[in-house]
Amino acid sequence: MKLQEYTESKYNFEECMKCTICTAYCPVLQVNPLYPGPKQAGPDGERLRLKDPFFFNYALKYCLNCKRCEVACPSGVKVADLIQSARIRYDHSKPKLRDRILASTDFMGSLARPFAPMVNGVTKMGVTKAVLDGTMKIDKNRTFPKYSGRSFEAWLKRQAPAQAAFPEQVAYYHGCYVNYNYPQLGKDLVKVLNALGVGVQLLDKEKCCGIAMITNGMSQQATRHARHNVAVIGAAAAKGLKVVTTSSTCTLTLRDEYPGLLGVENQVVRDSLLMATRFIYEKLEKGAQLRFRPDFHKRIAYHTPCHLEKLGWGIFSEKLLRMIPGVEFTMLDSNCCGIAGTYGFKKENYAASQAIGAPLFEQIRNVNPDVVACDCETCKWQIEMSTQYPVANPISILAEALE
Amino acid sequence: MKFNTVIIGGGLCGLTCGIALQKAGRSTAIISTGQNALHFFSGSFESLTEAPARMADLFGEAGIRLHYREGVRLMPLGTFRPAALSLEDISFFPKPKIGEKALIVSFKRYHDFFAAFLADGLEKQGVACRIEWLDLPELEQLEKSPSEMRSVQIARTMDRIWEKVVGEIRALVQDEDIIILPQVFGLKDTSVPIRIRESLPAQVVFVGTLPPSVPGIRTQMLLKRRYELLGGTYLTGDEATDAHVHEGRVHSIVTKNLDNHFLEADNFVLASGGFFSKGLKSNPFHIFEPVFGLDVEQAENRSDWYHPQFMHDQPYMAYGVKTDAALHALREGAPMQNLYAAGSVLGATRPEFGSGAGLAVRSALAVVDQILKTEAE
Repeated sequence: MKLQEYTESKYNFEECMKCTICTAYCPVLQVNPLYPGPKQAGPDGERLRLKDPFFFNYALKYCLNCKRCEVACPSGVKVADLIQSARIRYDHSKPKLRDRILASTDFMGSLARPFAPMVNGVTKMGVTKAVLDGTMKIDKNRTFPKYSGRSFEAWLKRQAPAQAAFPEQVAYYHGCYVNYNYPQLGKDLVKVLNALGVGVQLLDKEKCCGIAMITNGMSQQATRHARHNVAVIGAAAAKGLKVVTTSSTCTLTLRDEYPGLLGVENQVVRDSLLMATRFIYEKLEKGAQLRFRPDFHKRIAYHTPCHLEKLGWGIFSEKLLRMIPGVEFTMLDSNCCGIAGTYGFKKENYAASQAIGAPLFEQIRNVNPDVVACDCETCKWQIEMSTQYPVANPISILAEALE
Repeated sequence: MKFNTVIIGGGLCGLTCGIALQKAGRSTAIISTGQNALHFFSGSFESLTEAPARMADLFGEAGIRLHYREGVRLMPLGTFRPAALSLEDISFFPKPKIGEKALIVSFKRYHDFFAAFLADGLEKQGVACRIEWLDLPELEQLEKSPSEMRSVQIARTMDRIWEKVVGEIRALVQDEDIIILPQVFGLKDTSVPIRIRESLPAQVVFVGTLPPSVPGIRTQMLLKRRYELLGGTYLTGDEATDAHVHEGRVHSIVTKNLDNHFLEADNFVLASGGFFSKGLKSNPFHIFEPVFGLDVEQAENRSDWYHPQFMHDQPYMAYGVKTDAALHALREGAPMQNLYAAGSVLGATRPEFGSGAGLAVRSALAVVDQILKTEAE
């Protein structure tokens, strides 16, 4: 008897029983009265939009896509997917130049990288920020991510023969951030995996996962990236390789947003892609060993990024960090930091972005850790800018603690 | 990943169970599929009058103070119920005539609190009532999305401005001996309701609103924080989808997010809730428990599951997972050796009376006792 299965819709919106729990967990609703809230923007609005697209509300652009409504929903409604897919289906306005620039992280990275010292100097300047604020509506209070002079891909290519010598191999989907902004995280991953006897390879030319394109009205470009990435990850999987990642948002996008929002089938990704923290934890569970420095001591406060909470894999980061001798671990309350990728860079969102993060920043100041651990690069920018505490990926902390 | 006990369900029952086991030095994980019935909590543990000593400790250490005094409680529609063990937000009275005169204060354009019903009920008891509506500029923001003028959104504002609001209420009081307010205070700061009581010249009574329940969400946050502080692993937004069972023992659980990374444990607790939480499901032919396929009490014919009169006792509300006396869940008539059922999945509650909370806590503590006793043997 499959009657109920046959009546389920893609995002399960008819399961909504109007309990309003999602509205209690939406970070935007707490700070931006122009946003109609996840219940109204999601299942309630969908009912109207199905009657007539006229009912599409442009205020849906205020959704952070943090997925906290979905995590909170007791009825399994894909509230955030409903909202993002409505934006894809009904918002046909052309994205602004600013949004196109913010969304094109790998294109901008490849442009900026050769001139990194100059670009970093210029984007730090008050006058540049004022001009960007005035002309592009990129908020002047933001600190821009720095670009690295040499890309991670170039670095790893030079290591290829040494990496190939390890008995076990994985491929690494590093993402734009590791490649252009912070290759050190990639190098830290290589260090930890090498210590476990695992060599690291690049994929055959990965592209940006495309999440910023999805949220900035460029779903066609995102779909092209999705098809490409599914193909190269599939090629690695065909060689028997697992594909590891260090960014929670890239991971969620590759696993869940491709089929959910872009309609790109990706079973091969779901079967072979996993966060490096999970890969390492599972190796240790099977008996592999890491040797830690005896003098390592750190007070670590761990922030679970929204997308990692949605994936449900924060547990691996937590368990790995707790495993390091000399770590004093504090789990921070589940709160959104407010940046949500490109969202917080936009002038119209800056105030809301900082207000959303305020409870998290306050808790970090109270805990006063040596370092905040977090698996998301944009959370890192936001927390470092807003609290002055250093933020490190759990992989980097593991690398630092190794003997 | 391996734990001493894996608990399916992150509501009142699962958290009570998890906190008690962590306190006893056991490693636990809680799998929580979306938020839970605490978001509709009235603030009272309906079937309990006094807290078992252990419960008072567990809740007190989490920052949740409970109290009880014989008498009655004022309900949101102006009716009365016998007192029950409650959060400190709830007031008790010796009898329904709770005073001579009551001032009921709510907020303009807030529709989830029924001042007129309250007044009507109280006047039947001989209490004279006056209703006042505060018009606060701080709430204008919320009104831009009229659907969001809800308890939790108001409570967030009140956490910031309650002192100012108390000042405005004080100015409204004439000769009333009772002041009735909606339960929209103290979402994050538990001391706010108590401080409001101390700051006003008459007895302050907080009365429930439509959901979400502000004291309920506060209770959920405090219990979860306490659980994590004790080292418990709370898997938010995950779902137990399958179980590996061998000769009457559960070996591990499969979850939606961890797929092929199974959660192993010595003991398992099913605290997955009733129909609303999908701890119990139905199709046109059966009522079933979706994770383990446990035996569920039910009438054979679907037409006997319900009574055609909506307000009548509904038989299906009493249906739940069958257990033995030690709360081991039954499958095909035989008790599972290391799987216990607790809370609303047991059925036997009356949601219209809110009796789920009392059952959740009592059965959680009973299961913890069983687990520790079995280990000791």
